[in-house]
Amino acid sequence: MALLEIRDFHKSFGKTEVLKGIDLTVGKGETLAVIGSSGSGKTTLLRCLNFLVTPDRGRMYLDGKLLFDAGDAKKLKEDELRERRLHFGLVFQNFNLFPQYTVKENLCLAPKLRMREDPEMKDRAKRAAFLSELDEKAEGLLRKVGLSDRGGAYPCELSGGQQQRVAIARALALSPDILCFDEPTSALDPELTAEVLKVMRSLAADRMTMIVVTHEMSFAAEAADRILFMDRGAVEFDGPSSAAFGPGCTSERLRAFIGSVSGGERPAGHETA
Amino acid sequence: MSFLEITAFLLRGFRISLLIFAVTLAAAIPLGLPIAFCSMSRIKPVAAVSKVFVWIVRGVPLMLQIFIIYYVPGLVFHYQLFGDLDRYFLLNHGIEDAGRIIAVLIAFAVNYACYFSEIYRGGIESISRGQYEAGQVLGMTKSQIFFRVILLQVVKRIVPPMSNEIITLIKDTALANCIMVAEIIKQAKDLAATKALIWPLFYTGAFYLAFVGLLTLLLGRLEKKLSYFSG
Ligand SMILES: Nc1ncnc2c1ncn2[C@@H]1O[C@H](COP(=O)(O)OP(=O)(O)O)[C@@H](O)[C@H]1O
Ligand SMILES: [Mg+2]
Repeated sequence: MALLEIRDFHKSFGKTEVLKGIDLTVGKGETLAVIGSSGSGKTTLLRCLNFLVTPDRGRMYLDGKLLFDAGDAKKLKEDELRERRLHFGLVFQNFNLFPQYTVKENLCLAPKLRMREDPEMKDRAKRAAFLSELDEKAEGLLRKVGLSDRGGAYPCELSGGQQQRVAIARALALSPDILCFDEPTSALDPELTAEVLKVMRSLAADRMTMIVVTHEMSFAAEAADRILFMDRGAVEFDGPSSAAFGPGCTSERLRAFIGSVSGGERPAGHETA
Repeated sequence: MSFLEITAFLLRGFRISLLIFAVTLAAAIPLGLPIAFCSMSRIKPVAAVSKVFVWIVRGVPLMLQIFIIYYVPGLVFHYQLFGDLDRYFLLNHGIEDAGRIIAVLIAFAVNYACYFSEIYRGGIESISRGQYEAGQVLGMTKSQIFFRVILLQVVKRIVPPMSNEIITLIKDTALANCIMVAEIIKQAKDLAATKALIWPLFYTGAFYLAFVGLLTLLLGRLEKKLSYFSG
């Protein structure tokens, strides 16, 4: 069964219809790459998933259970919204780390605040146990993103690539079911994109469920299981990445798009598929 | 009068200046925050009222505002509120000028709260949306985001403009002498009138300079303390 199912998402800003009925499914452990030209609605789609934007119409199911229905979105209380948001993580294009906190504090802030709100965590011993567990978890995540020695650094002391890796670790610290990325390497110098993509590839290999908006065609071709190609607010292609990047791609527009962003060169990975 | 006696006499006035300074800061720093929030409110009439209020308070000389606060109760309600307070404190507690000082404090607190609110507003609006959104997707509440993520970044950004206002404030306290509050310049003027001594008036500058020097040092330290992060 699909982990995430989106049915008929619509969103307009004023008169501009940005999402025109998006359907998508993501299986558990799957990596979905969302591609498409600028302005096609990719960011808006991710923001809808993370409840930063409320769709005008549509439903969302997680693990087969209804998680969101635009029909009764108005009745949603702030607390319920927060709870549902936690199924998703989001990694932003420009990191958005909290500058006044160290790397490790960035990872631990939100989990700590949640602990303080939790009525079951009133107990001192329980809290101490939680905090030491959280510390271990943070260490583990920093190791995973290759920054175990930078836990005490402030974001301004890190390169863009390092900051983005911290942002990934921060999102993972809340153990989301699905991690979303919005062009995670677009704000980075070319020589720094590789280190971020490497972390994302390792997450994909660990079967973290991910939705990745990206212009990195080689990443989409090699690391993603499926490709969703968006065109002017609609899904133009949805299929396995081998089909998207293979010679037999059914969508003329997708072929043209891939050609344009990879400068005529077909990304490696599926040439012989 | 010896130099020391004159210094002591002026110092008594400067104590009033410092009192006005301290109470104004203590009141205006927190009071500026709700005004800033009103000015940024999504409820249009609230924002409009707040902005007009700030515009008036910032657009009218502080001296005039002191006169308004001091004289309006008598003119409009035929009740000399601050004069009565003056008498009350003098008779019961032996404190001079208390009513007038209260009038000055009200005018100063409101005036500076409006200036601060604009600085706060600028600081809050300069923080990128991404900081709020990062907090939101991490499941934080609005108040957690404000107090844990936004506030310190705002504080860092507003320290320089706040420092300017704070330094202006100590000098503005001289305006209190427009309703005969015995702050330092009023004291010096009294000396000129009763003892035909002009130099103490110029000597008051040394008191201001010393205090401004101290403030500059402290505020510089605060700025340095917040320089461990950028953004
Ligand atoms: N908050 C908003 N208000 C108005 N228009 C918006 C807003 N967010 C996005 N848009 C518009 O929606 C369209 C799609 O934007 P976006 O989802 O960012 O596309 P993409 O990420 O694919 O480049 C753009 O034309 C953009 O101008
Ligand atoms: Mg985008």
